[in-house]
Amino acid sequence: MSHDLPSYIGFEEYSKHVPASIPSAVQQATSRFVGGRAARVAELPEWEQLRQMGSDIRQHTIQNLDIYLTQLEAGIQAAGGHVHWAPTAEEARQIVLQIAAENHVKTVVKSKSMATEEIGLNHALEGAGIEALETDLGEYIIQLAGTGPSHIIVPAVHLKKEEIAALFSENLNINAPADPVELARLAREILREKFLNAGMGISGGNFLVAETGTLVMVTNEGNGRMCTTLPDLHVAVVGIDKVVPDWESLTVFLKLLARSATGQKLSTYTQFITGPRRSEGEFGPREFHLVLLDNGRSRILKDPVGREVLKCIRCGACANVCPVYKNVGGFAYGSFISGPIGAILSPQILGTQAARELPYASTLCGACAEVCPVKIPIPTILLHLRRRVAQGDEFSAPSLPAPIRATAVLTSIALAWNWVYRLGARLLPVINPLFEHHGWLSGLPYPLSRWTKVRPLPPFASRFRRWWTARTH
Amino acid sequence: VSKAQLFITCLGDQFCTSTLQNMTHLLEALGVELSFPSEQTCCGQPLFNNGFEDKTRPVALNFLRAFSSSDAPIIGPSGSCVSMVKHHYPSLFKTGTSEYELAVDIASRTFEFTEFLVHQLKVTDVGAVYPHKVTYHASCHYLREMGLKTEAKALLAAVKGLEFISSSEEETCCGFGGAFAVTFPEVSRSMMENKVKNIVSSGADTVVTCEPGCLMNVAGGLHKAGSSIRAMHIIDILASREDSV
Repeated sequence: MSHDLPSYIGFEEYSKHVPASIPSAVQQATSRFVGGRAARVAELPEWEQLRQMGSDIRQHTIQNLDIYLTQLEAGIQAAGGHVHWAPTAEEARQIVLQIAAENHVKTVVKSKSMATEEIGLNHALEGAGIEALETDLGEYIIQLAGTGPSHIIVPAVHLKKEEIAALFSENLNINAPADPVELARLAREILREKFLNAGMGISGGNFLVAETGTLVMVTNEGNGRMCTTLPDLHVAVVGIDKVVPDWESLTVFLKLLARSATGQKLSTYTQFITGPRRSEGEFGPREFHLVLLDNGRSRILKDPVGREVLKCIRCGACANVCPVYKNVGGFAYGSFISGPIGAILSPQILGTQAARELPYASTLCGACAEVCPVKIPIPTILLHLRRRVAQGDEFSAPSLPAPIRATAVLTSIALAWNWVYRLGARLLPVINPLFEHHGWLSGLPYPLSRWTKVRPLPPFASRFRRWWTARTH
Repeated sequence: VSKAQLFITCLGDQFCTSTLQNMTHLLEALGVELSFPSEQTCCGQPLFNNGFEDKTRPVALNFLRAFSSSDAPIIGPSGSCVSMVKHHYPSLFKTGTSEYELAVDIASRTFEFTEFLVHQLKVTDVGAVYPHKVTYHASCHYLREMGLKTEAKALLAAVKGLEFISSSEEETCCGFGGAFAVTFPEVSRSMMENKVKNIVSSGADTVVTCEPGCLMNVAGGLHKAGSSIRAMHIIDILASREDSV
């Protein structure tokens, strides 16, 4: 579980030992989403305008969060709900635990929520003797496996059906078949009873509509509705960045989100929750609590380049197209959020000391920015964070080891003083005979060994300059 | 007669002599009078992309000075290096300074080779003959930063005898990524092997790209896989004539 903040995320170390089953499972699932998304996008001639609108609205909202959050709070209170402000993950956990304690809650059912993954809520609940059960099928699976999610919208994307069946068999003392339909039926049977007996339902939220104080949940399995209607208490933990000004702007995001995430026009369920039930006769919980999670977001807002990460609507499209993510899987990113968006969010939430490798875990190929529904310039932010790591800025001291920084100084000198570069280019071919086999160099010493361990290098052959001089004289 | 300055790039300089010679011949055959500023080294992208913006500045200044003695366009055989000059150089200097003005001026007249052919010279047929099955790797910065989606294919379509075969995941990164390849060699390997697999299963005997970096990676990967598929820079295809194939 992601209950303790990682003190260091070793992306490279993890990447050396990626279990072979992960890339193949991830690629199988993500290519389905990529295909679905492309088909839905092709149907909408106004797609690019929608992306621009989505980007503009998100940018406007995060720059005016104080106004919209105040409006949101008023709306929720007017509807009879409670709003709690949580500056840190720890405070968010304490707020939820206190609500549970006041209401003598023994069992909690949860719908899928990245915010509760971010704060490691399950672990805190268990610590307080409260049973917390994930009811989204993917989350249920990773809860059985005892891990965090490896994808924003498909938490168990790294597992194949055979592995899931084995998890079920082992944890539930049954003989589970490797059949998705049957596995879902088994989970549903177990979860149904829990829904009816839980004292509290915990959810996240995809959006918060400021003008009416409405929590919006975009889901596919129906468990979200059960979590938010059956128990007497509903607690939603949502990042402060999830607010949208009004219903008109919400429609833009509802068009963008499902198409970008799963390639659906609309998800199966779109729920709008404005406060608790109004009377005894109505369905729905007696109390509604919204925990607004900051956890570093206000700090991120101070950085005009980095803050665009807060435009994110958590669709996962960036991960689905990311060739790095598809070859390492989500655990390589060492935190609650993975893929390109994780590579720019984790270093800003956890700090570049702990997550300094993540901004480098990209080839800057730009595929992510091409599909992002709210046009987050992910490569630009990766570069921005690399500068924070390498040189330091007003937000953080440099965190790259001294030898790497010294190498950069020497490289800069060699490339800026052109006679040094040209001398080097003339000398390099001298090493060719030592390492050449069949026209390629292999087994080169460090640091080039890190190239040749994967594929050979062409021989050094700087001959153009001499050729040019000879033909022009 | 139009003029242009050759920007050979550091990878081109070290590893692609014949490609640079072919670039020279092709441009001269199209009536372009070339010059070669020999003080040029590297555009500085390896430093810039690793977060060392301050260490990039002196390298960029060397480049700017090398190319500022002529007002002729600057042409390079790499979308990535050209993009560095075109899109990132101006951001290195404070607006209003003479360095900034120079960077903006140089950026506005720096072109990638196929871009220069198709959009400046308005040429797609250079008289090339290459009777082979050819597939294509769309390099990331060439494709997404430079926005060059159709240019290479238009040039390939005009090559006599060339049969174009598309390969799956044509626009997926090959795993080079500059320093990425040596920072995360295992991830680079997986990405490169995936690219090689797609090239091999296309059935082509040649794979073409417009980027020396990808070329080194993919060619090395093909060699390691024991494949006889040739990896070529588009310039070398465009320089092929009847008697050379």
